[in-house]
Amino acid sequence: MKETPLSNCERRFLLRAVQERKRLDGRQCYDYRNVRISFGTDYGCCIVELGKTRVLGQVSCELVPPKPNRATEGILFFNLELSPMAAPAFEPGRQSELLVKLNRLIERCLRNSKCIDTESLCVVAGEKVWQIRVDLHVLNHDGNITDAASIAGIVALCHFRRPDVSVQGEEITVYTPEERDPVPLSIHHMPICVSFAFFQQGTYLLVDPSEREERVMDGLLVIAMNKHNEICTIQSSGGIMLLMDQVLRCSKISAVKVAEITELIQKALENDQKVRKEGGKFGFAESIPNQKITAFKMEGAAVDTTDVEEQAEEIITKADPPSEVFTQPILHTAGTAQIGEGIENAWGDLEESEREETADEEGETDAPAFEWEKIKMEDTSGTKETEKDEPIVLSDSEEEEVVILEPQAPSRKTRTQATLKQENTSKKTFNKKRKKKRVAH
Amino acid sequence: VTKCGLLRHRPAGGGGGAFWVDSQQKRYVPVKGDHVIGIVTAKTGDLFKVDVGGSELASLSYLAFEGATKRNRPNVQVGDLIYGQFLVANKDMEPELVCIDSSGRASGMGVIGQDGFLFKVTLGLIRKLLAPKCEIIEELSQLYPFELVLGMNGRIWVKAKTVQQTLIIVNILEACEYMTAEQRKQALAKVSGN
Repeated sequence: MKETPLSNCERRFLLRAVQERKRLDGRQCYDYRNVRISFGTDYGCCIVELGKTRVLGQVSCELVPPKPNRATEGILFFNLELSPMAAPAFEPGRQSELLVKLNRLIERCLRNSKCIDTESLCVVAGEKVWQIRVDLHVLNHDGNITDAASIAGIVALCHFRRPDVSVQGEEITVYTPEERDPVPLSIHHMPICVSFAFFQQGTYLLVDPSEREERVMDGLLVIAMNKHNEICTIQSSGGIMLLMDQVLRCSKISAVKVAEITELIQKALENDQKVRKEGGKFGFAESIPNQKITAFKMEGAAVDTTDVEEQAEEIITKADPPSEVFTQPILHTAGTAQIGEGIENAWGDLEESEREETADEEGETDAPAFEWEKIKMEDTSGTKETEKDEPIVLSDSEEEEVVILEPQAPSRKTRTQATLKQENTSKKTFNKKRKKKRVAH
Repeated sequence: VTKCGLLRHRPAGGGGGAFWVDSQQKRYVPVKGDHVIGIVTAKTGDLFKVDVGGSELASLSYLAFEGATKRNRPNVQVGDLIYGQFLVANKDMEPELVCIDSSGRASGMGVIGQDGFLFKVTLGLIRKLLAPKCEIIEELSQLYPFELVLGMNGRIWVKAKTVQQTLIIVNILEACEYMTAEQRKQALAKVSGN
């Protein structure tokens, strides 16, 4: 199907918004969308959601003869697929430029960075090695497939377990999962791609562009880094001229982002590990909240609202409330029920934090912004844990929503002169409250 | 054709009795007489090709504007937004748009202004917003002045004084899909409580 054309109106509006440092979904220039990682029942299967962009990663392995010139190394095979499910513009079976570009980038990021120890994949030198195959399917395209795919790839690889093998002389025994526990792959480091979109010849920069922003950007810079601040891959496309200090600034930003995302990944992997060990329920069915047929759900979007007529006065941030439409009470535990739980708490806390307004310079937004983001990341992964522990999925979905909402609210920073910083403390107390609540369950 | 949804009924009276099925979908199918927002994709000779979100591009003749003659052509560029209604729309033929009504007047149709923002919502929300007494629109108009064009193909064009205000309206309208009346009132109270 042909892609819907971008009207002049939209293009102009988006460029104007970028100039005023506003994004459609209320994010800051350096903010990522919510990253959510969920695992399937099989080892090596995961879905990564970056906002609305979703990528499924699946890792599988096979014993094959090695390449003749690399007799002692295993084989890594990466494959990214764009199906029409992701966007109507993607046609099946057609090798588009975007597809080639994405595939090459993922390969360079994950293979050339030597994040997987291929020597450890060797079983019998020259005869049998493991071939690890990583398949990435884009389920929904809402911008920035690169980042989502790279996260999905590395998470799937970290999550994967290959069958245990023992070699006695000439005999190779491959144990089934029942005989011996499967063995994880040996991974040195986790490279993560961070994308930067440039507008107006490099004057304006946005991290994690959404689909609309990607349509109007001038150029794209992708930096793949790991948490040890090593750059694994760097690619600039679109033909824009970048200054050295811009590239350096981007690498600093990506260092911070990668640190946060790596932390989130670690937490998600640990949670999943824990749930599997404890024998709890895991898999996609558990991580997708129960959807009633009459209930619509949308993530709370943070939109900055500035009363334009009073620019120098207070600025209050607004968040779209979570939208669980529950007509009957939800039971959290025996004896406690609530209707529309999330809404009340979120609103109450938002007002609290509004009262504690303090003026703040907009200058160095990095440090505080990332701190909030960390908390945000923590919360998102924290809710994963809750979901898997408790069989009552309904309340968890609300919580998940609400938890995401709260950190979003303070991380929004307004851009006019008198900017306000939502108190970290108020948010932290809210989070502590949330955590206490979970424990109480 | 089968559709799933809620069965609605309007009793026989001033407006006439009617039964209809209130369904929810995002993909638009052109229907004769519907007012839609289209994006001009091509200008060929005396015809414009307009994307309306359906399976085919609709055609729009340059004479189908108010006051247009062979000498006096309308000022329409590729990428412009058009608000028009379907003259012809069935599954056998390419749909045709016109920007004048049966008496030859524009009545609000034509090229939509340069600024503002276009976004897409579900068809059900559009129908809700177009209902005679729509609370959402009334409540929004209490906030600050803005221009709004609703296309039956799920497209909404909004223009307010600043980018910020426009974004607020866009987000509220998108969220109206999922919010109850109280949640909406709370959200609006937050915004207007600045």
